[in-house]
Amino acid sequence: MKKHTILKILLNAFFVILALIILLPMAWMILNSLKTNQELFRDSLALPAAPQFKNWINAWNQGLYKYFGNSLIVSGSSLIGILIFSSFLAYGLTRFKAKGSGIIFLVVLGGMALSEQVALVPLYKMLKAVHLYNTYWAVILPYIAFRIPFTVFLMRSYFISIPKELEEAAVVDGYNSFQIFTKIIVPISKPIFASCAIVCLNHVWNEFLFANVFLESKKLMTIPIGLMTFKGDLRADYVTMLAGIIIASLPMIILFLCMSKQFVRGLTAGAVKG
Amino acid sequence: MRTKKTTPYLYMLPGCAMVLVFVYIPVIANCVYSFFRLSSYSAGMKFVGLDNYIRFFHNESLGIMLRNNLLYCVISLIVQVGFGTVIALLLESKLASSRFRNAFRNIYYIPALISLTAVGLMFTFIYEPNLGLLNSAFKALGLTSMTQSWLGDSKIAIYCIIAMSQWQYTGYITLLMVVAFQNVSPDYIEAASIDGAGPVRRAISVVLPLAKEQLLVCSIITVIGAFKLFTEVYSTTAGGPGNSTQVLGLFLYQNAFLHDDLGMAAVTGVFIFVITMVLSVIQLKVSRSGEV
Repeated sequence: MKKHTILKILLNAFFVILALIILLPMAWMILNSLKTNQELFRDSLALPAAPQFKNWINAWNQGLYKYFGNSLIVSGSSLIGILIFSSFLAYGLTRFKAKGSGIIFLVVLGGMALSEQVALVPLYKMLKAVHLYNTYWAVILPYIAFRIPFTVFLMRSYFISIPKELEEAAVVDGYNSFQIFTKIIVPISKPIFASCAIVCLNHVWNEFLFANVFLESKKLMTIPIGLMTFKGDLRADYVTMLAGIIIASLPMIILFLCMSKQFVRGLTAGAVKG
Repeated sequence: MRTKKTTPYLYMLPGCAMVLVFVYIPVIANCVYSFFRLSSYSAGMKFVGLDNYIRFFHNESLGIMLRNNLLYCVISLIVQVGFGTVIALLLESKLASSRFRNAFRNIYYIPALISLTAVGLMFTFIYEPNLGLLNSAFKALGLTSMTQSWLGDSKIAIYCIIAMSQWQYTGYITLLMVVAFQNVSPDYIEAASIDGAGPVRRAISVVLPLAKEQLLVCSIITVIGAFKLFTEVYSTTAGGPGNSTQVLGLFLYQNAFLHDDLGMAAVTGVFIFVITMVLSVIQLKVSRSGEV
């Protein structure tokens, strides 16, 4: 019994140390974003004389608000596209016993193994040729396409687990396949939609490679690119830069902490059962 | 259900079309491009046979890139997949505090929610020789001899970048594995304890094998990630000092958009594609070979 208690304390102490390794660098960033540049240069470990919340306001007004708006537009549209295309695809794959759906699923899943780098140059040429280069569409369309495989993978295993009887009852009521989808499948599948939304949003909100190459004008830039230009624009204004990094990171962290229960539940329900 | 034969395919069509047009066709086009000389600014292209491939394999930074990508891959497999899975097992064990285990799991996952550029800029500060967190902490502890120029030292810069990624993604794998472990039916575990298996024994011979598929997914994601590595390097050292942190993904980007050598970029793309494919197939084969 005593050995058990000691082990328990040791293990949880280990968890606390790991948590500190994760949290301390972030705490240090927040601390320094609330200092003046002089204070930062003097000692980056010391507390600020008075917290400078104006650094955060400066960062926001220096252009971060524009990047934020762009990220909202791009992420929002991509997310809607990803969820609609993927849920349709997963529905078609799972609920009809359609011929060839096994092969179609494999082809779609194969897209997971193809990385953005390999498609980068041709996509760039393609987007230029159809004059979508340097528009929101230049990132939205590839974002949707590249997220479909993984989202279909998650949704498919969830849809398969929905009992057939529910659909049969709906057919008796005279529902067509689209009504079954919107009135039965989608409401039951809310947890997996929530999980997919978080996974995709996290990816799209933070994507750098495509956004960096396909968006040229500052007016269209999303947050990750904006932060890199921030670095150039602000040069030695470190504290504003730090504040910008923090503002840029907050939305996803807050969203996750609010939804972490649903997120894990959706993933657990969708995952392969052992 | 009475539906037309075409109905399911109509549901599948839009998604499939998106994947074909924006994923498969560009990847195929990339293979074609690798045999041509072409530029971003003009539409013309000239067939050059294997010339791009010859230039790629004679490139002096190829060795450095391969070494860096491989280092990243091996260390990430050990730390993220290996250690990440161990943390997940411990979090799901009876010894973990039931009140705080979800909080720990969420904290470990937070870095994966921050954009790569933000993490890159953040660690540029942390590694900064004069005012960065690392050197300041060493000085405050009186360990002045431990201070380094970190990203400025060509011998250790790549390790600094790799360390940053471990900080960011270990918790991500932990979360994925926790999900898998929660799906292992408690009946199996109970049966094993009735047979007299201790907690370590149960973890190794019951829980892990039942979560094998998820483990495979995690290690494939990690290996693919290691060979498409780009933003982490771009936002910290941009390949320097010298050429010491050059990686395949960055080389591709620089050739395409700095040197306007799209053919060379395409070859690099093909190379990344072949490596990730081969490694994924090997992992699938290895995981199957264990099956009876």
